[in-house]
Amino acid sequence: MAVKPRKAFRVLLFALFVLLLLVPTLFFFFWMISLSIKPDADNLAYPPVFIPSGLTLKNYLSVFESSPFARYAMNSLIVAVGSTGLALLLGVPAAYGIARSARYGVGLFILVARMTPALSYLIPWFLLFQRLGLANTYLALILTHLIIGLPLIIWIMIGFFEDVHRDLEDAAVIDGCSRFGSFLRVAMPLTRPGIAVSGILAFIFSWNNFIFAVVLAGPRLQTLPVAIFNVLTFEQINWGPLAAAALLVTAPVLILAMMVQRHIITGLAAGGLKG
Amino acid sequence: MSTVRPSARGQPRLGRFIEQHLHTLMILPAALALLLIIAFPLAYSLWMAVHEYSMGATTPPLFVGAANYLELLRNQRFQETVPRTFYFTLLGVAGPVLIGTLGALAFTRTFPGRGILRTIFTLPMMATPVSIALIWQMMFHPQLGVLNYLLSLVGIPPQKWVFASTSVIPTLSLVETWQWTPFVMLIVLGGLASLPEEPFEAARIDGASFLQSLCYITLPLLWPYIMVAIVLRSIDALKSFDIIYVITQGGPGTASETINIFLYLQAFAFYNIGLASAVVVVFFLIILAMSVALLLVRRRTSWQ
Repeated sequence: MAVKPRKAFRVLLFALFVLLLLVPTLFFFFWMISLSIKPDADNLAYPPVFIPSGLTLKNYLSVFESSPFARYAMNSLIVAVGSTGLALLLGVPAAYGIARSARYGVGLFILVARMTPALSYLIPWFLLFQRLGLANTYLALILTHLIIGLPLIIWIMIGFFEDVHRDLEDAAVIDGCSRFGSFLRVAMPLTRPGIAVSGILAFIFSWNNFIFAVVLAGPRLQTLPVAIFNVLTFEQINWGPLAAAALLVTAPVLILAMMVQRHIITGLAAGGLKG
Repeated sequence: MSTVRPSARGQPRLGRFIEQHLHTLMILPAALALLLIIAFPLAYSLWMAVHEYSMGATTPPLFVGAANYLELLRNQRFQETVPRTFYFTLLGVAGPVLIGTLGALAFTRTFPGRGILRTIFTLPMMATPVSIALIWQMMFHPQLGVLNYLLSLVGIPPQKWVFASTSVIPTLSLVETWQWTPFVMLIVLGGLASLPEEPFEAARIDGASFLQSLCYITLPLLWPYIMVAIVLRSIDALKSFDIIYVITQGGPGTASETINIFLYLQAFAFYNIGLASAVVVVFFLIILAMSVALLLVRRRTSWQ
């Protein structure tokens, strides 16, 4: 009889511990949503209002009314999709080549790339793009965002290709497939989860990126993070619309992250520890 | 018929060349791209660091030798950024590593709702830093912010958070910790999943308590993974930018100006390209030292 309450106590203690770990995250997102759906009066009240006097979508509407939010979203989408697509096109075959020929020297190069602060690249790029007349173009942004996705994709995909048994590909070659054909028809389909995960991660980090567009994009090409920092913070002194905008910017990547959660852990584990 | 033959013979030759050098050919485009977007800028920075360059000038950059480096050495504002950056890094590593390891120890167990709770726990590292920073900024507001209100509920006097030079760095590292704890948690969680079962079985049979097996078995076995997390986190905290820039822009005064913020302001606010390039080189060397440390740690962990 004495054992049971003790076990219950332990379970309770563990539940409390897990709750404690989650409180900062839960409270932050609760407050973010709360700020975005409360009327102005509630947001500016002290003590802060936890149970709103009324819910409103006014904050969200004002984001779209006071700024070309849709255009910024389009900019973000073009840059993130463009750079992720290009990074996959270059990175997936390269990762295969590295994994099969054991040329991990390239991997070291990628590691250094991952370590270098993005600002280090920005000065030369900024000058180069100005000279080439590429400043303030989607192409410039897509090329610079390659630095986010390409190393990540190569890094993660090396791990995935290493796990594909050579025998499978050898069998395909014996059956008359070319080496490149066996990459296309055997190795790539088998590593589809890896391609999806690394692609989604590259997309998320490109979408989230602030520093490249803040320097390289003019007013028309601003991506969402830059836009909410530059435009909205000056035009909106009110917290409601700013919180609504912040939520709108991050919601797509959070939804993506939740959808592929299980795989992200695999992907990051492969990327973070194996390479 | 005869026109077909040469191409039929040529095709296999080209085909054979591709087959033989397939791996190289597959690596080449990405390698060239990396060379272009990574190696070129770094080499260019090395060159710029020994030149005087002014934006929009018609004359070519002037060779000035070590002048930019010497100016950097004499620049008091820069000198102050270095210990400040390491202070921020220390806090921004300690927090995530401590809490992230605790989180991993919790989420490695099976309990109802684990999947969804773990998903929620990892959201901060996926969220857009600028969005996060703006919300934290509102929460830090000294008069209307929710944090001071919550503190007042437990009897703690209101804090100035990012609005006082003494508390700005710890406050920013709080945001850094909040965002990057999940990253450490995932690395350590991966480590926990790969630990052997036997030592734990033996400890249980010998009647070791939970704390004993944690301190004498789990943590020592996990150490390589925690070490990897420490080094990766150090590198990322050293170059942290978005959160600091959005919340304080280096302020109040220069109280939160880290090396990276200093670099940004020199390059893109003052257009002091030569000096900024010297900062790039120095900063790169600091981080390269960290990368080498990472490689050494990795080699030591490759026993598995």
